[in-house]
Amino acid sequence: MNHFWRANRALIVASVAAMSLPVAAPASAQETFKLGIVTFLSGPAADSFGVPARNGAQFVIDQLNKGSVPSPYEKVGFGGMKIEPVIIDENGGATKQVQELRNLYQRDNVDVVLGYISSGDCLAVAPIAEELKKMLVLMDCGTPRIFEEAKYNYVFRTAAHATMDNVGLVRYMKAKNIKMDTLSAINQDYAWGQDSRADFVAAAQQLYPNVKVQTDLLPKFGAGQYGTEISALVGAGSDVVYSSLWGGDLQAFVLQSAPRGLPKRSQLVFSAADHVLPPLGDKMPDGTIIGARGSYGLMSQKSPLNDWLFRGYEAANGVYPVQAAYRITQSILGLKAAVEKAMSKNGGKKPSTDEMVAAMTGLEWPSPGGLIQMKLADGHQAIQPIAFSRTKYNPDLKRVDLIDIQYFAAECVNPPPGVKSIEWIKGGMQGAKCN
Amino acid sequence: MNFFLTIILDGLIQASWLFIVALGLTLVFGVLKILNIAHGSFYALGAYIAATVVTMVAARSLPPSVGFVAMLISVALIASAVGLLLERGLLKMFYGRDEVVLLLVTYAVFLILEDVTKLIWGVNPIYATQPYELFGNLEFAGLYYVGYDLVLIPISAVIGFAIWFGLNRTVIGKIVLAVIHNEEMSVSMGVRVNRVYAVAFAFGVLLAALAGALTAPKISMQPGLSSDVIILSFAIVVIGGLGSVEGAAVGAILVGLARAASVHLMPQAELFMIYLIMAAVLMFRPEGLFKRETARRI
Repeated sequence: MNHFWRANRALIVASVAAMSLPVAAPASAQETFKLGIVTFLSGPAADSFGVPARNGAQFVIDQLNKGSVPSPYEKVGFGGMKIEPVIIDENGGATKQVQELRNLYQRDNVDVVLGYISSGDCLAVAPIAEELKKMLVLMDCGTPRIFEEAKYNYVFRTAAHATMDNVGLVRYMKAKNIKMDTLSAINQDYAWGQDSRADFVAAAQQLYPNVKVQTDLLPKFGAGQYGTEISALVGAGSDVVYSSLWGGDLQAFVLQSAPRGLPKRSQLVFSAADHVLPPLGDKMPDGTIIGARGSYGLMSQKSPLNDWLFRGYEAANGVYPVQAAYRITQSILGLKAAVEKAMSKNGGKKPSTDEMVAAMTGLEWPSPGGLIQMKLADGHQAIQPIAFSRTKYNPDLKRVDLIDIQYFAAECVNPPPGVKSIEWIKGGMQGAKCN
Repeated sequence: MNFFLTIILDGLIQASWLFIVALGLTLVFGVLKILNIAHGSFYALGAYIAATVVTMVAARSLPPSVGFVAMLISVALIASAVGLLLERGLLKMFYGRDEVVLLLVTYAVFLILEDVTKLIWGVNPIYATQPYELFGNLEFAGLYYVGYDLVLIPISAVIGFAIWFGLNRTVIGKIVLAVIHNEEMSVSMGVRVNRVYAVAFAFGVLLAALAGALTAPKISMQPGLSSDVIILSFAIVVIGGLGSVEGAAVGAILVGLARAASVHLMPQAELFMIYLIMAAVLMFRPEGLFKRETARRI
């Protein structure tokens, strides 16, 4: 009896000791990966970007958890761990977002936070993630300043910044022999509008050395009525009218400018307008040159991954995916690639933040919009290919088709590592690989 | 020459709908002494209702003119009812309290209406442009203008004149003016001041909503519409003088012209110009351009 008890006691002690030891056990199927997702669910950016991004995230996470995503993402969730999303609203300003980010990490104990559309929010939350030593994946925001004015270890941006949109747009115009002796511009009076305008004008001055900037308008964000601005633009009669307006502002501008003959007098070029094509339909003037901040939506290239996203998203939401849905998809797929890379190095257990950061740095992965490469900012900032096209309304399908599509390689339209975007443009875009 | 004509025309188009909004704001302040923060929300409400009605009419393949008339009638009916309900059901409970309390009550109404519009119409931009094509396009000073924009100028002039005439040349108007000038004396003369309050507030709401309806076909309705409008309207009534119809007209024209001139000549100073004019007026005539100074009653 004593012998039996002694043996049992030894077994219990050994079991407890074994349980208390750190064991390199593989991540179990029951283990989950808690992912904080931040996107606009309300406010002016919700319709154009926030809600498509949320819908995209829900579609991709659902597909990943079922193991239904094409190669190389067939594995369920992240390395076998089901993804548990915690989605919060980005609306409310940068101060609120700083607190919300802390809540996600410290109260909700998410493993990684992924999201953010507003440049102001990105600039505000990046230092907080760094301070908390938690991984933050920025999926959209346009400003180049995030990594050009600061250095982060725990922060990544999985999409190219706004420089690509404007350099690519000017390159497209040049390739299509668009005449631009004179240029007018209308952009919103905040970071996105001003940065976009600066990049476009600088790129235009490189490829069209004799271009003259005529009317240069910066109405406030959400102005809604552009009657006077349209008079000024029509009156100037420039060869080209450039705009980075988006969402409701862009829709209002198009609705008000078309009947006043602006598209007939000037070539309209919009750097980020794909998302307004479904709501505007036949109101969007034919021949308008547009970008989508990537090779996205109707400008995307055929591939198994793109077919999966385009058809699946359209079936789930009744509308085809535009830039925000693509950007969050490439972000989630990039994180999946990083997590699984880290797991392949640590014996298959759930990776720590530092392991994920090391795996994400300098990573490359295929996405529905093309190859994403973390080439800038010491491997923390992505570059990607981009496409531009012209609009043409299709009355049979009752949608705007995109024609004359041209693709530009990532290294043709993004600055090389170690150079500030605006300096690269003003220096003649040295080192660009466009062939 | 054409350049200055363009500035004047752009300024007048801008002033036309702003005047209608400011007229409602100044009327409510004149009669009820309420600085109505929720006024911009009534503008947004009118715009959203108009868009809904126009969309419904278009869905039945009826001509845009039907949509235009239907949106004006619907907005007038709904806005008047909302105005009466708010005045009778809420504001009247706070009469006699400090003006700041009423200001806060209207601020609360503004916040509630912001969320109500989001609940009903959502956060996505909506638009209903069919009536915008109703009056064709006209060439003026070398530029194409949308006829609808130009039609807003006489419409606002007619509304302004009708209100001025109603206030100054009719018995009901004189009763309202009596309440504006001396409420206690009006009561002693048998005027039902509460009824005047209710009608004046409802009329103010109606004007704001009407301005929203008239601008709806040319804009994209989205959250935040109301706050932009209320800021400009305040600038107009401060310039013209709170409670003055003529002041609202002159204030709207000044703001419209200042904005148009800035966009054409110095775009970066667009907002600054409006507030520069307001600051200049406040410096030299703190009571506004048209408000008469009154002796304080003891």
